[in-house]
Amino acid sequence: MEKFIICVGMALIFLMLVTLVRVILGPSTIDRLVGVNLIGTKSTILIIIMGTLLGRVDMYVDIALAYALLNFITSLASARYFQRSRVVPADEPEDQEGVSC
Amino acid sequence: MLDSIVVILLSLGVVFFMGTVNGLLRFPDFYTRMHAAGKGDTLSSILILLGLALFTFHHPSVAAYLTGFKIIFIAVLVFIASPTATHALMDAGYEAGIEPWAGESDDNGEECR
Repeated sequence: MEKFIICVGMALIFLMLVTLVRVILGPSTIDRLVGVNLIGTKSTILIIIMGTLLGRVDMYVDIALAYALLNFITSLASARYFQRSRVVPADEPEDQEGVSC
Repeated sequence: MLDSIVVILLSLGVVFFMGTVNGLLRFPDFYTRMHAAGKGDTLSSILILLGLALFTFHHPSVAAYLTGFKIIFIAVLVFIASPTATHALMDAGYEAGIEPWAGESDDNGEECR
């Protein structure tokens, strides 16, 4: 059972690294924010998995709760900032060949 | 019995998270990526958290029950907060003027975003 939970944690870490590809080469800023929000939510779960493996869930669950709240506040604040500032980098392709979408 | 339920819940969570990452990488548009990220992220988080809470109930004591209920409370918090954050990000993208994805391809056969 311990080995299965270790495998679940390693699968979560691998998928979070794959998500980091979208964060790195996302075309606009809000795409990066979506990826960061997803990684933050999975970090909450990864903290609880670490607590389960180390046998101290009662301590790690409080850290995970604080992390979930902090991730929610961060997402709301960054979304509100980009809604007010309207900063989105140009991700539309250049119309060089008469391509009209 | 309890172990098999935990294994099923954790496996379903990992499978849904794989679908989420696949959609986040391969969908063509901001709105469609947001669709995949919001739904799959919430569902896989809740499944994995319920599995870990049931695994905490393995050794019955008062402290273990309290820890399990705290994990279930985190699941309820994710169930409320994650759609709210998804809606806020979607609204920010819409207000910033991101164009929705129009179609598959143009006349030249090239993909246009």
